[in-house]
Order: sequence, then structure tokens, then C-alpha cells
Amino acid sequence: MSTKVDLDASFAALADPTRRAMLARLALGEATVNELAKPFEMTQPAISQHLKVLEEAGLVVRRVEGTKRPRRLAQAGIEAMDQWLAMLRKALEKNYERLDEVLAAMQSDPIQPKERKTR
Amino acid sequence: MSKLTLKTEGDTHLVVTRRFAAPPEAVYRAHTDPKLVQKWLLGPEGWTMPVCINEARPGGKIRYEWSHPKQGSFHITGEYVELEPHSRIVHVERMHLPDPTPENHVETRFDPDGSGTLMTMRMTLPDAQTRAAMLATGMERGMEASYVRLESMIFDWPQSQAS
Repeated sequence: MSTKVDLDASFAALADPTRRAMLARLALGEATVNELAKPFEMTQPAISQHLKVLEEAGLVVRRVEGTKRPRRLAQAGIEAMDQWLAMLRKALEKNYERLDEVLAAMQSDPIQPKERKTR
Repeated sequence: MSKLTLKTEGDTHLVVTRRFAAPPEAVYRAHTDPKLVQKWLLGPEGWTMPVCINEARPGGKIRYEWSHPKQGSFHITGEYVELEPHSRIVHVERMHLPDPTPENHVETRFDPDGSGTLMTMRMTLPDAQTRAAMLATGMERGMEASYVRLESMIFDWPQSQAS
């Protein structure tokens, strides 16, 4: 039952490109809210709201350091990013499977000159 | 035929490798002839590329426009920097979503590998944040279909409520 809830939350969290970008940034290491906000034209409250979703999904954890609250990826966040990269890989692979077909057609196309046997 | 690899390198690079069962001449041509590019550089099912400008010479323009019946359209623009037939292409590109993303500098190598080709595509982004944003947003369009499929796979039970 709890697995279902975690999956649900982590998918909702991953559905937003800003949150995925934050996870990708955190995959490089700990970051402050300001650092996370840098690439986006968003207000601090909007960024904090996205962070809250990530934290509630268990993907991101915070640490207290004086007045700062640096965030880092939780284990679930690392797994979520791995999953995301796997999907990205799959989409790229789709392109190259089509390219395999294009290349096969090029080699059997009688209109195209044959590749030279000697070089 | 080994599978595709996709990995980050340092803070700003992204490297993709893939083997093909065709010589470098053919793989190079499939990357620089717009009629051929239009056939394969499409991402998930349902996307087409109605506009494909690919001027394969230094300074030549690149413009790819993708379209999907339900998910809309977007495009990238770029310029060729260097071309070494049939072994190496250097170009820059940016996505328009619709605001242009920071420039992605891409070096694509085609090395002989037995009777086939090993392709190595090395992307360089201006900084770590931009690479993270690209991984998460720029490529998102192309990812949507796989994402939706995976989601429906995981949520393969009756929905308790509609919202």
C-alpha cells in the first residue's frame, strides 16, 4: 500500500519539467534554494512550492546549516532520476532504430551508388 | 549491435554513443541529407518533421520543426561549425520553447567499427544548471509519449476517483 502511495507521489512530482530540472541539478550535489532557482524565471515562492512537492514525495531532503537549508537528493530521488534517464535513453533509441532502417534502405537502394569496395 | 549509451561527463557534457551496421559514409549522409534526416529524427510515435533545413557546410543553417497532432509543435535552430566528411560534424543548436534555450555545442564523430560505425555525440552546455534544465525540459517534448506509456503501465489499476 505504501509503495503505491510513494509511486503516486513521485510520479506527480516528476510530471513537472521544473521539478525534473531541480532533481537533475541536485544529482550534481547539494544546492541552496537560490542555486536551484537560478536557471528559472520564477519567484522564490514558486520555487519553494516545487521544492515542497519534491520533499513530500520523498525525493529531496533538507539539512540545517545556520540560516541555510541546503537540499540534496534522497535515495528515492536518485532512483527517480535514473528512471528518467532510462526513459530519455529509450526515446533516443527510437530515433536510432529508425536510422538503422534508413541505413538498411540506403544500402539496398539501386539508385544510390554502391559503397566502394576498396578504399 | 550494442545498445545506445547516454551518460553525463563532468558538469557540462552529455555523451551519447551508438553503433550502426553501415559504414561511416552512410551514417554521415543520414545526418546531413535533409530528406534522410526527416525520416528518422522524430522522437516518439506520432511526431513528424514537416520542416527540415540542413545546409551541410560551415556556417550552414539548421532548422528542424516537429509537429504532433495532439501535442503541438516546436523547433530547433542551429548552425554548422565544422564538417569533416565522413567522420566528424560540429554544430551548435538551441531549442525554441518558444524562448531559445542556451546554446548546445555538439560534436558528432563517426568512427569505423568493423564493417559498421561507432557514433559518438558529445554535447557541451554552458554550465551545470543549463545541462540539468536541458535534461529535464529541452528533451521533454520528445519524451512525453514514453512517459505517458510508462505512467499508464505503472498505474494499471482502477482509478478510485476522477479529478
